[in-house]
Amino acid sequence: MSRDDDISRRDFFKFLAAGSGLLLVHCGLPSPPPGARKKDYDWDKHYWAYAIDTTKCIGCCACMRACRAENDVPPGNFRTWVERYRIDAADRVSVDAATEDDFVFEELPGDVVKAFFVPKLCNHCEKPVCNQVCPVGAAYRTRDGVILVDSEHCIGCGYCVQACPYGVRFISPRSHTADKCTFCYHRITRGLAPACVQACPKHARIFGDLKDPTCELSILLKQQRYRVLKPEMGTHPKCFYLGLDREVV
Amino acid sequence: MNFVFPNEANVTWTVMIVLYPYITGLVAGAFIVSSLYHVFGRSELKPIARFSLASAFVFLLFATLPLLIHLGHPERAFNIMITPHFSSAMAGFGYIYATYMLLVVLEIWFVMRSDFIARAKGKGPVAWLFRLILLFNLEENDATRRADHKISRFLAGLGIPLACLLHGYVGFLFGSLKANPWWSTPLMFVIFIFSAIVSGIAVLIFHYYIVSWINGWKTDHACVRSMTRYLWGFMIVAVALELLEVLSIAYKQTEEWEVLSRLIENKLFFSYVVLQLLIFSLIPFVLLGISVLFRLSRRLANALAWIASAMLLFQVLLMRWNVVIGGQLLSKSMRGFTSYFPGLWDKEGLLMAAVIFTLPFGILWLFNRAIPLFPGAAGDSG
Repeated sequence: MSRDDDISRRDFFKFLAAGSGLLLVHCGLPSPPPGARKKDYDWDKHYWAYAIDTTKCIGCCACMRACRAENDVPPGNFRTWVERYRIDAADRVSVDAATEDDFVFEELPGDVVKAFFVPKLCNHCEKPVCNQVCPVGAAYRTRDGVILVDSEHCIGCGYCVQACPYGVRFISPRSHTADKCTFCYHRITRGLAPACVQACPKHARIFGDLKDPTCELSILLKQQRYRVLKPEMGTHPKCFYLGLDREVV
Repeated sequence: MNFVFPNEANVTWTVMIVLYPYITGLVAGAFIVSSLYHVFGRSELKPIARFSLASAFVFLLFATLPLLIHLGHPERAFNIMITPHFSSAMAGFGYIYATYMLLVVLEIWFVMRSDFIARAKGKGPVAWLFRLILLFNLEENDATRRADHKISRFLAGLGIPLACLLHGYVGFLFGSLKANPWWSTPLMFVIFIFSAIVSGIAVLIFHYYIVSWINGWKTDHACVRSMTRYLWGFMIVAVALELLEVLSIAYKQTEEWEVLSRLIENKLFFSYVVLQLLIFSLIPFVLLGISVLFRLSRRLANALAWIASAMLLFQVLLMRWNVVIGGQLLSKSMRGFTSYFPGLWDKEGLLMAAVIFTLPFGILWLFNRAIPLFPGAAGDSG
């Protein structure tokens, strides 16, 4: 090995100093705000939707914890939650949801013959009644199919909360405006999955782009049978449920 | 087992939203009474015509106050007019309210122009204020009086459909929400209009007696008797519609009825079945029936009319409560109910509601100080 091919001690320290400098500069840069989109994101090229395989959900509520941590959801309100349905030998149905303190379910009593979990979130409907009733146009649908609330414009009248058939909206005690699941819009526009999808250990929550025929969601919807919640409302939800029991509303 | 969606633990629309349709109902009802005289020539209502118009005005002044207190961002309230989203029924509120307010103010201006001129002829800041209100035109003769009468009659006529629109629209806000089976009925629009007329007539009778009693005036018997008849008739229609709405759902035995029957039997049993229907509808119906159908002494007829109107005022308030709060007690999970009772000192609590409801009466008292609302009544004292 010739002397010319070797990195001199001086060059090595120069390289180290430059590298450290770059690292410091990088660490010192402000991170993009939570709502910022990736620069090359084109919302006309996507149409987001969601599927939930209820046969896979184990009720661990990792999704709820992830949602609260990611979106700083106020205590007492939920952008997503998990319901547990219990049917006993006499066909009596009882439903509960994980408590907020520890996101766990109470133990099942002995006479239950069938039980299953159903995660819930905003259905990001094709015909959203919440948008229809908003008197100031603060509730809107993005071109990539996500229902959002402009918290700078919302007057906090609560009409959308009343109109949503799925109970997913609430008036935030912090912003005093309507709040709900955004499909983690700040994440999906940067190529990331929503926090709840990312956190689900059983892959019960599937997020995808209906404009991409090769994505898992599009393939799943072509191959599997699915249902939506309260179809009689005519809202055309974009949250599709696989293996949904008839008791679920 | 009781299950409500996690976000439904607290109701979104509080007692303020109970008060809002209640006050707009009083506006619409009071205005319609004044129009019965001005448009339909019910001359027996003349003693109360100005009072009813002024009542409509003061209640209208305060109709938006409970809404502003309820809004998460009251400072953005004008967004509803600046950036209206017309697919929403609520987007029309600002325009309907403003149009109706303009009409009521104009009608008062034309109906009371002679009184304004009398006050404007004096000296001092109050007289100057009245001159300003009159746009410094103090001319008055037979021609101007005829013109004022003609215009006020036209405005009173135009105000009837607007009053129905103002209050029917409130009913529509509830009736058009398909997510809530307790609200979602086309009858809601009509029920709200009739209950508004009932509350409007009731508040006028109730208040007329109190004012007369305080001032030592005799009430006009023909006027009260006529109003009692109207009250009885309109309350029969209003209660019949309210019952028909529930009976039709019950008879159809749909899936909705399973949960609505539980709502009525449990959560609303006392406020709806016992109070609204059995006590505050049935008793006034009997009292007014006796008053209308039988020849009674003046004192007894007055007492029955006063008690019945006080009870009907409360009946309509209960109706608003059972609609607004009752609908929210029912979870959209259709598997359970939540609870609500307002606190006394809360921002949207009972004390605030009492203050909001009392304020219009204070303004009405001031109005009466400026322009006498019962011009002929002083002569009937004794």
